[in-house]
Amino acid sequence: MVEMKTLDMREGAQGRRQQGEEITVGSLRARSYWMMVWVRLRRDPVSMVCGVILILIALASIFAPWLAPHDPYQTSVFKRLAPIGSPNYLLGADELGRDMLSRLLYGGRVSLFVGLFPVVGALLVGGTAGIAAGFVGGRTNMLIMRLMDVFYAFPSVLLAIAISGALGAGFFNVILSLTLILIPPIARVSESVTTQVRTYDFVEAARASGAGSWTIIRVHVLSNVLGPIFIYATSLMSFSIIVASGLSFLGLGVTPPTADWGLMLSTLRQSIWVNPYVAALPGAMIFITSLCFNLLSDGLRSAMDMRL
Amino acid sequence: MMTVHPERAAGRSEREQPLLAVRGLRKYFPVKGGLFNRSVAMVQAVDEVSFEVREGEVLGIVGESGCGKSTTARLLMRLIEPDAGEVSFDGAAVGTRDGISTKELRRQVQMVFQDSYSSLNPRLPVEDTIAFGPIVHGIGRTEAKERAYRLLGEVGLDPQRFGRRYPHELSGGQRQRINIARALALRPKLVLLDEAVSALDKSVEAQVLNLLLDLKKEFSLTYLFISHDLSVVHYISDRVLVMYLGKIVEIGPVDLVYNCPVHPYTRALLLSRPSMDPGDRKTEPPLSGDPPTPINPPSGCRFRTRCAYAEEVCERIEPTLFELDEHRNHQTACHMAVPGSGHSKAAASTTA
Amino acid sequence: MVYYIIRRVLYAIPIALGVSIICFSLVYLGPGDPIQAVMPDEASEAETQRIRVAYGFDKPIPIQYLLWLNRAVQGDFGNSLQHNRPVIAELIPALQNTFRLAVFAATLSFLIAFVAGGIAAYRNGTWIDKSVTAFAITGVSVPHYWVAIILVIIFAVELGMLPAIGMGSGSSRDWAWDLDHVKALVMPVIALSMIPMGIIMRTTRASVLEVLSQDYVETLRSKGLSELNVLRHVIRNASPTVLAVTGLQFGHLLGGSILIETVFVWPGSGLLLNEAIFKRDVPILQGTVLVLAIFFVFVNLIVDIMQTWLDPRIKRG
Repeated sequence: MVEMKTLDMREGAQGRRQQGEEITVGSLRARSYWMMVWVRLRRDPVSMVCGVILILIALASIFAPWLAPHDPYQTSVFKRLAPIGSPNYLLGADELGRDMLSRLLYGGRVSLFVGLFPVVGALLVGGTAGIAAGFVGGRTNMLIMRLMDVFYAFPSVLLAIAISGALGAGFFNVILSLTLILIPPIARVSESVTTQVRTYDFVEAARASGAGSWTIIRVHVLSNVLGPIFIYATSLMSFSIIVASGLSFLGLGVTPPTADWGLMLSTLRQSIWVNPYVAALPGAMIFITSLCFNLLSDGLRSAMDMRL
Repeated sequence: MMTVHPERAAGRSEREQPLLAVRGLRKYFPVKGGLFNRSVAMVQAVDEVSFEVREGEVLGIVGESGCGKSTTARLLMRLIEPDAGEVSFDGAAVGTRDGISTKELRRQVQMVFQDSYSSLNPRLPVEDTIAFGPIVHGIGRTEAKERAYRLLGEVGLDPQRFGRRYPHELSGGQRQRINIARALALRPKLVLLDEAVSALDKSVEAQVLNLLLDLKKEFSLTYLFISHDLSVVHYISDRVLVMYLGKIVEIGPVDLVYNCPVHPYTRALLLSRPSMDPGDRKTEPPLSGDPPTPINPPSGCRFRTRCAYAEEVCERIEPTLFELDEHRNHQTACHMAVPGSGHSKAAASTTA
Repeated sequence: MVYYIIRRVLYAIPIALGVSIICFSLVYLGPGDPIQAVMPDEASEAETQRIRVAYGFDKPIPIQYLLWLNRAVQGDFGNSLQHNRPVIAELIPALQNTFRLAVFAATLSFLIAFVAGGIAAYRNGTWIDKSVTAFAITGVSVPHYWVAIILVIIFAVELGMLPAIGMGSGSSRDWAWDLDHVKALVMPVIALSMIPMGIIMRTTRASVLEVLSQDYVETLRSKGLSELNVLRHVIRNASPTVLAVTGLQFGHLLGGSILIETVFVWPGSGLLLNEAIFKRDVPILQGTVLVLAIFFVFVNLIVDIMQTWLDPRIKRG
């Protein structure tokens, strides 16, 4: 027993050196998985900057009523297309004289919600369907995934436009159609990840311990499957925002005079000959948000990959 | 077909009946192909396998890759459903109404897998992994945790330092100890070790083997030790079972089989081991060619295509396990050993 | 391999049928009776009923679907409600214009992205790699309709070099290979190619990196193979994935061109779809969506078969 203990300590020390972790002898508690992900994420400057920017944009949108200097629906004939930096109109005014800064702040509420809520909805529906299909396997799996394949057979943008076109414009319709087109890819990824995890030995070992299917899913499968699914969902967020704004741009989304980045981009289009900078502003917001989501999603993926 | 009677088996151990009795176990896997992914052929992974495991012994199972050893282990734990055959644990048939249920079987029989990393949930601290089994079977959380703690100590890992660790923070040897602790958490009577030390470095392997022997003594365990490494099996086993292409070709006490192998395959296998003696060189491989595919195994004796002594009877009739020695329980499935089988090397028939 | 092709083609058939069902039922998604979209408000009940019978709206829905499908397969999507001309007559020239955009954009994306991605992989970790990666992420994150507007601002409004809208042929939908048309082509193609370029760049970089990390590349080099020859091997092994992604992006370009076409008023299928949605021109809507979707199914089929053929690691048969 004594030899084993000393050998173990050597093994243990070697193991620690291999991992490169700074676990001192005194540290008795290893960090939980998500805490380790957070520590790794913290060290990535790009992800941190993007995270901060996104939080700022979100906060600015949420607190728009307090931050906006003007009423976003207040038109003014004199201030039409005022350039950026006009007195009182920090970012200029749109074609109806409404303050751009206020419209962008209020617009953020709509654009962000319409862009992100569908991802959440699709996660709930598609994720559940995919995990169920992946775990059960067999005919049920085939049935669910074949059904997804039919929707997957459409180019996503086309399907979104077709559904939106059929349903008509409107806040809820956009959310619905966007959720519908996001469900198949999330379901597909969920199914693929679950099927993979199902083949791992520890799932078999859990079954060998006498556990039933629900316990195995709850304790072993979910914790290993939700990570990759979640990462995939975050990578869909930028796509979702772009398409949601695109639908509004076409007039299939929210209706005027609601402030929404995509809609603003559309109505300001005529004005590019007069004041191009103001006209480009809403698109810049969409771009920045989308870019930050993508960079953050990449950073998250690297942080979650424990092998690196 | 069993030619060993339970009463003769009792000569070795105190109990009348074996801990595990396997009769006629069979599992074929379908091969899909063709236009509609129909089943075009069957992989005969395990075919009419029958043997016993006696309480307190270590039964080793050896064979080359693809011979069906791992499938047999999974069939025993009912992780795969057998196509045919029956398994009895402690006299009670598994899966029948008056026998024991699969869940109960899984409390009495546990398994340690080969890949130490993928057999542990990367998201759970190891003490939770060990405690999982008892909790599933109704033990309270605190008591299960305590049991896990004690077992960590038993396998040589300090519970304070290692309890909350995650699998990726441990070395291969440590992970395998966790796997062993996990297997013991349910206080099983029989532990199936499927290539449990094959992936470890040699020095670590030696430690783990010794640990296994210590634990066996301490907890009165019985082992089924599957490996392709002949020396390891020799070290740890009391009896050994040799498999080839889904069939058992020889069973017997390990020293007897290793020193006096009867079946040509066993002999070739043992001869294939390189010797430490430079004077003892082999210029020709004892076994030529690749094993035939288990999809369409040779008729009659499956080994005949590589056997130097194959004859016409070997092609016609499939040999069954024959008791060579009443007292020492050495059996082999070869026509050469059976008097009156029709093989030229066999003795003349003993019946008049 | 042949088995795989047959199975894959057979599989595409129920998918195509499913797609057609969805296309058909789009009309019924919206609120109200679809016939109302067709009729002017003052129409009498008798008029409405007559039109209803003429368009076949009085029959049960499954029958309508089968009739519609039967006609669609023969290329008859009915008549456009706006222009009262056969849908197919509107659709074909529009499709050709979109096709031109998509082909140019896909080719441009592929050429630039494949080279840049490959260089980035070879110079992994250097500033070249980082710039290419940054560019790729930008391409993927940018709203292409916004890029289109920016391009118009720069090249049409400020510099006056390129036309802000139109295909270069005034109000006609016909194409000609002259300077006017080519000038009109530049900005839409660039805007369209942003997202595919980003995606293909990332895919190429990842694919080439993976090939380069394989042991056999080291083996080739140690055997004395010149770097150029090693490159040939690398390209051959990295290509299947990249080509597959390019093919899929081409399909997406065809289907998703509506936003760009709206900005540039490019007379393609996207613009046709846009008009049809707002004028509630149901036959054009159904016909365009169906054709575009079926085309995408077809592209997927080709890409799958090609990838299986090129990449020996993928299971066949």
